[in-house]
Amino acid sequence: MTAPSTPPTPGAASSDRSALVVEGLDVAAGRLGLVHDVTFRLDRGDRVGLIGESGSGKSLTALAIMGLLPDGLSAAGTVHVPTAGAAHDTDVVTARESVVADLRGRVMSMVFQEPMTALNPLMRVGRQVAEVMEVHDLASRGEAKRRSVELLAQVQLRDPGGVARRYPHQLSGGQRQRVMLAIALANDPDVLVCDEPTTALDVTVQAQMLDLIVAGAAERDAALLFITHDLAVVATVCERVMVMYGGHIVETGPTERVFRSPRHPYTRGLVRASDLGPVGSPDGSSDHRPLPTIPGSVPAAGEFPSGCVFRSRCERADQACHVQPPWDGQPDDGWACVHPYDPSVTEGGDHGD
Amino acid sequence: MSAAADAIDLGALREGERRGRVNWPLRIGVILVGLVVVMAAVSFVWTPWDPYFVDGSNRLAGPSPSHWMGTDRFGRDILSRLMVGARTTLYVGVVAVGLAAAIGTPFGIVMGMAPRRLGTPLVRLNDLLLAFPALLLAIMFGAVFGASTTTAMIAIGLGTVPVFARIARSGTLQVMSTEYVLAARSAGRSAPAIAVRHVLPNISSLLLVQASVSFAIAVLAEAALSFLGFGTQPPTPSWGFMLNDAYTVLQVMPLQSLWPGLAIAIAVLGFNLLGDGLRDRLDPRLAEHRS
Repeated sequence: MTAPSTPPTPGAASSDRSALVVEGLDVAAGRLGLVHDVTFRLDRGDRVGLIGESGSGKSLTALAIMGLLPDGLSAAGTVHVPTAGAAHDTDVVTARESVVADLRGRVMSMVFQEPMTALNPLMRVGRQVAEVMEVHDLASRGEAKRRSVELLAQVQLRDPGGVARRYPHQLSGGQRQRVMLAIALANDPDVLVCDEPTTALDVTVQAQMLDLIVAGAAERDAALLFITHDLAVVATVCERVMVMYGGHIVETGPTERVFRSPRHPYTRGLVRASDLGPVGSPDGSSDHRPLPTIPGSVPAAGEFPSGCVFRSRCERADQACHVQPPWDGQPDDGWACVHPYDPSVTEGGDHGD
Repeated sequence: MSAAADAIDLGALREGERRGRVNWPLRIGVILVGLVVVMAAVSFVWTPWDPYFVDGSNRLAGPSPSHWMGTDRFGRDILSRLMVGARTTLYVGVVAVGLAAAIGTPFGIVMGMAPRRLGTPLVRLNDLLLAFPALLLAIMFGAVFGASTTTAMIAIGLGTVPVFARIARSGTLQVMSTEYVLAARSAGRSAPAIAVRHVLPNISSLLLVQASVSFAIAVLAEAALSFLGFGTQPPTPSWGFMLNDAYTVLQVMPLQSLWPGLAIAIAVLGFNLLGDGLRDRLDPRLAEHRS
């Protein structure tokens, strides 16, 4: 039960397999910064989680990557999607809308949180799947229709032919989310972004859905960016995890390392607040304390403290935290904290300062 | 909210609709509008008398078995003229509303989908047009291009454009904020395709309701214009001008003005009730449960 010594991040060195490279991504509403300096890369076949509380900037990061920021929000930095066919990289942030629109659904696609509203209520389900293929001229009308039934079968919908002829309101939430996944996978994307795809589903359906997402991405050798606040989901799906708070990535690393020995106080709070806490704690204490929570709540956008964004809720915060903490450790296994928890020190003997 | 709970909810709602809550506005609206439509349709094949036949010996007659509604000051059969007049009314309504919808809907969708810096000036422009009274526009048109049924319906149509634009915009804004539009965009759909495939079908019920209400207003406007002499010109029968005709003999034959007035009232009430009833029927908040 000790921290792993070497981070088993696959393909960290190779760049020809990279599917998504995000560098210094900022999202702002006017002068109000919402996401700050987000940098990470995804290789094909990677399964990376992006976790954090509501309002931490996870979804905005995803939308910025897709070039789908709502009116009034602007992005800075670069988001590259090194496509196999393209002669040169396209920067989603600066490229023309038509160029990015061509990438969406073909090179990168997204599954949304709310399956009840993510399908057009007035269109047959099969048509909605088929259209994604027609949009990019990847299939003729007849071919797209045939393949859409195939895709619906791939996401293990029973009677895919019948489902294709139905309207969204005739399907259950789980079925609709499968349809959404079929749409996202239709054009064999290189990058699949899932924004809380299982949050709205029954627990019993969640596991099946996760399996389908992982299998679908693996079959296509696609990079998977999985956004959620459910740590258990991340633990089952992702091999690497990024922790976000206040628009900053505060810690990143292999899932096992991050969950077993979180270094950033925020990550530690998250892990302790979730079911994983007792499993990961080295002393394995199981006395019935009240459920551990992170004190306070996420401040409204623009009301985060200067310096370390977690300063206002952190038990270890002091004067040193008034400046932005530098990144510590590797780019893909590190944390941004002046007073990280040391995994070699056993818990219980509380923090010094 | 699980799927099962949703299904029960849906069943209960349908049951409730089947049992009690009759949509009376819709029913009465359909009946009244149907009356006008039937009248106009029948007039193509049959009218009790030739609506243009002048019978000098039988002027200003009261209702009788041969002239159910009597005759006007030229001795023409009022019922026959009323029936043919229904054609004019519907014709003007269809063209005016069609014109307004054809121009206003795309304009409204563009206003709703354009980025804010472009959309806001367009909305202001639309507000400006909306503030201009349609009737005044029609009178102006009549003065410039000559009074006729065509000028009247074009003027009424153009005057109604901003109304459609506004309703289309508000519907578009609503649709554009849904996740299925975000999903469509994330699938690489272009803006025009989203407008045609997603926005237009989903705001069609709004537009239908607006069309019905605008139809009522167009009928009233045409009658007003014809009454003032800026619309349909005699001898073509139109309800508005018949009302004007009757107005001149109001002292002698007050019953004369009742018939065209009643016809106008029935048509306007009918289309308004139809619009109201459709609004209840197609309420987007209930659409999820019904269809």
